[in-house]
Amino acid sequence: MKFARDTWLIFQRQTQLLLRNPVWVFVGVFQPVMYLLLFAPLLKPALNAPTQAAAYKIFVPGLLVLLAIFGGLFQGFGLIAELRAGVIERSRVTPISRLALLLGRSLRDVVSLMAQAVIITLLALLFDLRVFIGDLLLAYLMLALIALMTSAVSYGVALKVKSEDALAPLMNTVAQPVLLLSGILLPLTFAPGWLQAIADWNPFSWAVDGTRALFAGDLGSDKVWQGLTITAVLAALGVFWAARQFARSVR
Amino acid sequence: MIETRGLRKSFRSRAGRETKTVDAVRGVNLEVAEGEIFGFLGPNGAGKTTTLRMLATLIEPDGGEATIAGADLRKDPAEVRRRIGYVPQGGSTWDESTAREELVLHARMYGIGKADAQQRASRALDAFQLTEYADRKCKTYSGGQRRRVEIALGIIHEPKIVFLDEPTTGLDPQSRAHMWDEIRRLRRDGMTVFITTHYLDEADALCDRIAIMDNGEVVAEGTPTELKREISGDVVLVGLDLAATPQAAQALDGEPYVNKLETADEGGLRLYVDEGATSIPQVLRRLDQAGLDLRSIELHRPSLDDVFLTKTGRSLRES
Ligand SMILES: Nc1ncnc2c1ncn2[C@@H]1O[C@H](COP(=O)(O)OP(=O)(O)OP(=O)(O)O)[C@@H](O)[C@H]1O
Ligand SMILES: [Mg+2]
Repeated sequence: MKFARDTWLIFQRQTQLLLRNPVWVFVGVFQPVMYLLLFAPLLKPALNAPTQAAAYKIFVPGLLVLLAIFGGLFQGFGLIAELRAGVIERSRVTPISRLALLLGRSLRDVVSLMAQAVIITLLALLFDLRVFIGDLLLAYLMLALIALMTSAVSYGVALKVKSEDALAPLMNTVAQPVLLLSGILLPLTFAPGWLQAIADWNPFSWAVDGTRALFAGDLGSDKVWQGLTITAVLAALGVFWAARQFARSVR
Repeated sequence: MIETRGLRKSFRSRAGRETKTVDAVRGVNLEVAEGEIFGFLGPNGAGKTTTLRMLATLIEPDGGEATIAGADLRKDPAEVRRRIGYVPQGGSTWDESTAREELVLHARMYGIGKADAQQRASRALDAFQLTEYADRKCKTYSGGQRRRVEIALGIIHEPKIVFLDEPTTGLDPQSRAHMWDEIRRLRRDGMTVFITTHYLDEADALCDRIAIMDNGEVVAEGTPTELKREISGDVVLVGLDLAATPQAAQALDGEPYVNKLETADEGGLRLYVDEGATSIPQVLRRLDQAGLDLRSIELHRPSLDDVFLTKTGRSLRES
C-alpha cells in the first residue's frame, strides 16, 4: 500500500515535469512520425514486400522496439541532473520506498513510450496496417517490459557512474551492437549463419521476433512466449538491480 | 538526542592507477542534547559533511554506532529517517519546480496526506517569508531565497532533529543574520539543530555548543565560552610610535598583571594578561606616569580561531 502510494507520487511528479517541457513532448511525438513517414517508404522495395502494408508489418514492430530500447537507455541523463541538484539525496533521507524512487521514474518512461507507440500504430493504420487488437495489446506489453528494463538499467548505471561523460559513451556502446544484432531495422533472415548465431544471444532479437510474430497475427508462434518470457525476466532483474543502486548510492 | 561512539568512514578513490584511501572520519564521539543548536566547526575536508551524511542514513559508517532521537542508526535507519530532517550542503531543489510543489512533494515523501501536505507547505512558506515567490520556478530564486526553501524542506515533517550542512555559506551578511534568526526560531519551536560551518563568528554567536573538527577527528568540544576560557588570558595591543616603544616596554615589563610582553617591529606592544578589562586602566596609568603618548589601545579576546590554533597548530582562517 505504502509502496503503491510512493510509486504513484514519484510517477506523478516526473510526469508533471515531463509535460511541462514542451520541447520534450514535441520531440517525443515528432521523432517516431518522421521515422514512419520518411524511412518506411524505402522499405517495400528493400524488403521485397508484396505490398506497403506487408512492409509495415515488418517495419513497425521493429521501430517500436527501437523506440522502447532508446527511450529507456537514455533516461539516465535526467537522473544525473537530479543527482547533481541534490534531489535524489533529498529523497533518500525520507522514508520513501527505494523501489518506488526507481519504479515511479521508470513507469513514467513506460507510459511515454506507450503514448508514442499508440501514435505510430494509429498512423500506420492509415497506411493499411492491420493488427488484431489482442495481438496488439500483447505487443504493447512486450514493449512496456523492454522500456521498463532499459530505463531501469539506465538509471542504475547513472547512479553508479554519476556523470554524463561516462554515461553517454557507455550507453552508446551498449546500444549499437544490441541494435545491429537484433534485426530491428531489417530482419535477420538475410543474415549469414554466424551473424544469426550471435543474434541468438541478443535478448532484443527475441523481443523483436516476438513482436513481429504478434503483428503478423501469429499468436501461437513460440517466438511470442519466448520473447515475452525473456523480456519479463530481464525487466525484473533490471528493476531489482537498479532499485538496489537507489538504496545505496553514494553522492 | 544524538550520541555517537567511534563513528568511522573511509573512502577509496582512484587516481590514475593507484587506489588511495581517505580516512574522512576517524572515530567521532559526540553528544548532542535536546533543544540545543550544536555546531560542527572545521576547515574544508575536515569530515563534517561525511559525518552528517552518516547520521542522516545516506552512507553507511565503516564502524561505530549512533543513536539518533532514540533510534539506532545501524539497526533501524528507517526510523531514524522518520525522526530527522537533513538539508544538504549543495542544495536540494529542482530548477523547474516551484517552492510550493517541492514542499508538498517532500512532505508527501514522508507519508503525509495531500491536504495536510498542502497546509504545511503554505505555513512553511509563510514562516520563511517565501509566499511571494511560492509559485515561481526555483531557478528564478536568489541564493538566499533558495536556501530558505531548502531549510523549509528539511523541517516540513516537523522532525525532532534537523541537520543543516553549511546553511549560510554564500549568503550576504544580511541574509546570514536572517538565517541565524530562522535557526534560532527552530530551536524555540523545540527542535534540536545540528549545523556545520566554517565561519568562526557563526559558531560563536549562534551555537550553544560546538565541536571543532579537523582531519576526521573532533579536537575540542564544549560551549564557545568554555573553549575560549581554556586558552587562558586576553591580549592587550598597545599602539605606540616606534621611538616610544622601548621606553614603554621598559615601563610595563615587570608589572604584576603582565604575563608576557612582545614588541612589534613597526612599533607597539602586545601584552598577554589574564583579564583585559582590569589590565587596561593600569596600563594607561603606567604609561601616563612615564609621560608616554599612546596612539591606540585594543583588547583582543581569544577567538575560536585561537582555540583551533592551539589544538591543531594551524589557523582556521588560513586553511
Ligand atoms: N564520496 C567520496 N569519495 C571519496 N572521497 C570523499 C567522498 N566524500 C568525501 N570524501 C573525502 O573525505 C574528506 C572529508 O570530506 P567532507 O565532505 O566530509 O568534508 P567537509 O568537512 O564537509 O568539508 P567542506 O567544508 O569543504 O564541506 C575529504 O578529503 C573528501 O575529499
Ligand atoms: Mg561539507
